[in-house]
Amino acid sequence: MRVVVDLSRCQGYAQCAFLAPDVFRMHGEEALMYDPNPDDARRDQVLRAAAACPVQAILVDQLEGRDAPAEASPS
Amino acid sequence: MTSADNLQAFKREGRIVVVGASLAGLRAAEALREEGFTGSLTMIGDELGEPYDRPPLSKQVLTGWVPAENTKLPRRREVDAEWLLGVPASGLDLATNHVRLADGREVPFDRVLISTGVRGRPWFVESEAALDGVFVVRTREHAAGLQRALAAGPSRVLVIGAGFTGSEIASICRERDIPVTVAELAPAPLVGALGAMIGEVAADMQRAHGVDLRCGVKVTRLEGDAQGRLRRAHFDDGSTIDTDVAVVALGGVRNTDWLQGSGLAAGVWGIACDTGCRALDLNGLVTDDVFAAGDVARCPNPIYEYRLISLEHWANAVEQAEVAAHNMVSGQADRWPHLSIPRFWSIQFGVNIKSVGVPTFADEVVVTQGSVPDHRFVAAYGYRGRVTAAVSFNNAKWLDHYQALIETAAPSPPPCPAPDQPADAKPVPVDFPGPTLLAQGATVVVTGHDPSERRVTAAYQHR
Amino acid sequence: MTTTETPSTLQRILDYSSRADPYPLYAELRRTPVARQEDGSYVVSTYREITDLLHNPHLSSDTRNLSHPTAGAEEQATPAFINLDPPAHDRLRRMTMRHFGPPHTPGLVTGMEDDLTGIVGSLIDDLAGKEQIDLVDDFAYPFPVTVICRLLGVPHEDEPRFHLWVDDVVNAIDYNPKTDPKEKLEKGIQARNELRRYLGGLVDQRHGRPGGEDLLARLANDDGPDGRMTDEEIVATANLLLIAGHETTVNLITNGMLTLLRHPQVLQRLRHEPDLVVPLTEELLRYEPPVHIIPWRAAYSDITVADTVIPKSSRIMLMLASGSRDPNRFHEPDRFDPDRRDNQHLGFGSGIHLCFGGPLARRETQIALTELARRLDRPRLVADPPPYRRSPVLRGPVHLHIEQGDGY
Ligand SMILES: Cc1cc2nc3c(=O)[nH]c(=O)nc-3n(C[C@H](O)[C@H](O)[C@H](O)COP(=O)(O)OP(=O)(O)OC[C@H]3O[C@@H](n4cnc5c(N)ncnc54)[C@H](O)[C@@H]3O)c2cc1C
Ligand code: HEM
Ligand code: SF4
Repeated sequence: MRVVVDLSRCQGYAQCAFLAPDVFRMHGEEALMYDPNPDDARRDQVLRAAAACPVQAILVDQLEGRDAPAEASPS
Repeated sequence: MTSADNLQAFKREGRIVVVGASLAGLRAAEALREEGFTGSLTMIGDELGEPYDRPPLSKQVLTGWVPAENTKLPRRREVDAEWLLGVPASGLDLATNHVRLADGREVPFDRVLISTGVRGRPWFVESEAALDGVFVVRTREHAAGLQRALAAGPSRVLVIGAGFTGSEIASICRERDIPVTVAELAPAPLVGALGAMIGEVAADMQRAHGVDLRCGVKVTRLEGDAQGRLRRAHFDDGSTIDTDVAVVALGGVRNTDWLQGSGLAAGVWGIACDTGCRALDLNGLVTDDVFAAGDVARCPNPIYEYRLISLEHWANAVEQAEVAAHNMVSGQADRWPHLSIPRFWSIQFGVNIKSVGVPTFADEVVVTQGSVPDHRFVAAYGYRGRVTAAVSFNNAKWLDHYQALIETAAPSPPPCPAPDQPADAKPVPVDFPGPTLLAQGATVVVTGHDPSERRVTAAYQHR
Repeated sequence: MTTTETPSTLQRILDYSSRADPYPLYAELRRTPVARQEDGSYVVSTYREITDLLHNPHLSSDTRNLSHPTAGAEEQATPAFINLDPPAHDRLRRMTMRHFGPPHTPGLVTGMEDDLTGIVGSLIDDLAGKEQIDLVDDFAYPFPVTVICRLLGVPHEDEPRFHLWVDDVVNAIDYNPKTDPKEKLEKGIQARNELRRYLGGLVDQRHGRPGGEDLLARLANDDGPDGRMTDEEIVATANLLLIAGHETTVNLITNGMLTLLRHPQVLQRLRHEPDLVVPLTEELLRYEPPVHIIPWRAAYSDITVADTVIPKSSRIMLMLASGSRDPNRFHEPDRFDPDRRDNQHLGFGSGIHLCFGGPLARRETQIALTELARRLDRPRLVADPPPYRRSPVLRGPVHLHIEQGDGY
């Protein structure tokens, strides 16, 4: 699955890093680093993290990979 | 687009082309569909593959945690577009409303959005730039290459340029225990963006983490061996260092070359637009069918005396994309101005650096909260007696307050102390190395919270 | 100004008779986003103004900054970090967080899941076959209390003593000298002292025994980058965690079950869509939050909010539950909508004092509601509204009688 965090909104509350610690990691006290493409096995945790973010900065893919353009150059 | 009927017809069956299929392009496409645009949508992009996110490229990707190809952007909704990827646009014909592709194809449009962003500024000597071991970091291929080079355990990495990207890369080298030299022409890192006071803090941080930081020097030559591998770097003070990886982090070049001859006000500074993201033509007249968003756009901001400002900020790309998309499918009376206060973040040496406002638009800076030695503080920037920006080091939870100060043209320095203001805090000159922004003009305040309700009001001057 | 005969909106909210449904009064309050009260304090009730204030560095949590330090202030004792400002607040919170969450201990809450599921399972096992349940006494209270006691390292057999102390402490939080009997305050102070003495004893036992797993042992023996906490600081912190981790989660679970029983379609959905519990919990924190009011904040200097200047040292009351029902922020705020998007509620506060235990409270509630929905047999409310606790600050039912099975 895919996620992106709007780190300009993020205020470092670390709620995500509590709830999905393999996906969201605090780097020092306040800086967040995350895996933008976590394993599907982490899905439940990622959804909990996204729901818990106090500033709603975490966007989880709404399409689950549908509607993707071809990876290769179209002829 | 004169009448409501025309607008409805355009929303139903018009043709929109987006040139530059990355963050701004994708978010604009999604917003167009969200706004009810059901016509044809074509995404033109010179990079292969789906739009991906760039900030991780100098962070999670370089630490080796996240593979570069795992940065594809999540989608907000379906866009139902035709994607023409892997071929750059090479021209824009506004007489016939066509985008020309490098392979000769022509794509017609009723309205076009330009979101071609910037590319990494290459090393100025082409043969040296081509050496094995010399990198810029703008695309995921770049980042993947650099990550492989770091993983191979280089004896030393040279980072040329101590702006945000360069500093982030230096930080990751130290995290990976790789010796790193940072060369910066200015007196300190980040000084061009944040001024001398913060520059000093950034320099401390780098040195405390074991970076060999050399300021006030210029790299004059990159030297390779017979196999074309980077071996040594020469500085203008005559010194050299042995190094096998050099990262050129000298900022970006706006991708506007393809617009030469189009008649748009496009150049090295980007594409000039109005606050509604409508591009200006060479005469400075607003076009109505050409829009620009993201790193390539250069928009006026009323808070900053209507100066045209280009930003290479992630949030700016997203917000401009939304405003541009809205305005592309709205009548004149319903258009939104893009009045956001710029926001930026950078992660380095375990510190979350965030800014709100435009720190270069300032003449003084004062630490309002926290402790500079602990690298936990907020500094407020002021210009002619009003707050224009703020920067936090590991103190981001307060920045909303400073944004409100900027929006209300609050007096600078902020008069009342907070409980954690350092006792000896006093404003110091902000001290940028380049020509500072100096001009007079109206002070305005921004009101409203949703894009649909944000408006500017003129206000009094503090001094 | 003379004393008015008719009680103010705030007084009516604080009055016990409006406990079951304070929301219409909040709507009345929101007509004046920042309202000066007769006693010179200010009540803030709209979303935007509350969030502005919670991010305003001139808003102090240290009640010693009030012009009339109040019954809420803990004069002699070391305040816990909820009542401190930066840098002391940040330092103590950081030192405590080292043993509770990221970046130092990131896996603690996810590591407790099996434990949480186990406790919930056994409490519900005990309900099987019982046709009359008091959800509070039989479930919502013992669950989080067991959890927080285990976390801190409080022996299980001492929990009943705790229950009494905590009750008295919580009762005194919103002590009002005008309307409340003096004993309420005195009982609170006495309970607090006993609780501190007891916790001090536990801390003593842990000194010089590094390697202990519970939070008290870790706090007593840790030498992190910020140094070591003093014993007084550890006791104040433990005290805070215990009280904050007690009453609030109880109310969220109870309010949750009450709300589900009032919305049977949602309860039905939850049985089949376990994922629903995640957004549902956020919606509960907005719609029926356990913490309705932050009763004591102080203006450290003059503060301007919504064109009102609040003078330095004034007391400020933040009406969180009202802010979360503000129609200028939430679409149809009085509708319980578990699918709501963009749910940036104020249930855990915001800014630097944002709830320390939020992730734990969320998982406790999510697991509890999922299992209750799954395993209770056709649950029905016996009385609606249920009887409420006295407190307008930590608001929730004192009992929630539920009938299940075939009934009579
Ligand atoms: C390494 C790195 C780290 C960053 N870190 C941060 C950070 O920490 N915080 C922050 O706020 N911002 C950060 N940024 C900036 C942020 O990524 C940009 O602001 C954002 O990507 C801008 O999006 P955009 O869509 O406007 O432009 P881009 O992402 O540059 O996209 C432009 C697209 O157009 C394509 N294109 C160009 N010319 C043509 C053409 N002629 N025809 C077709 N396609 C064309 C390009 O190949 C590209 O795909 C970082 C950027 C980089 C590179
Ligand atoms: C649903 C349950 C809970 C709710 C609704 C809740 C709500 C809140 C709120 C609104 C605040 C902010 C107070 C303020 O700003 O002054 C807060 C702070 C706090 N909460 Fe919670 N809480 C809950 C559970 C918990 C738990 C389980 C713990 C302990 C593990 C906890 C520990 C704390 C602490 C220590 C603070 C003070 C934080 C600070 O000042 O930095 N809470 N809580
Ligand atoms: S929960 Fe939200 S604000 Fe907090 S660290 Fe995660 S993304 Fe940032």
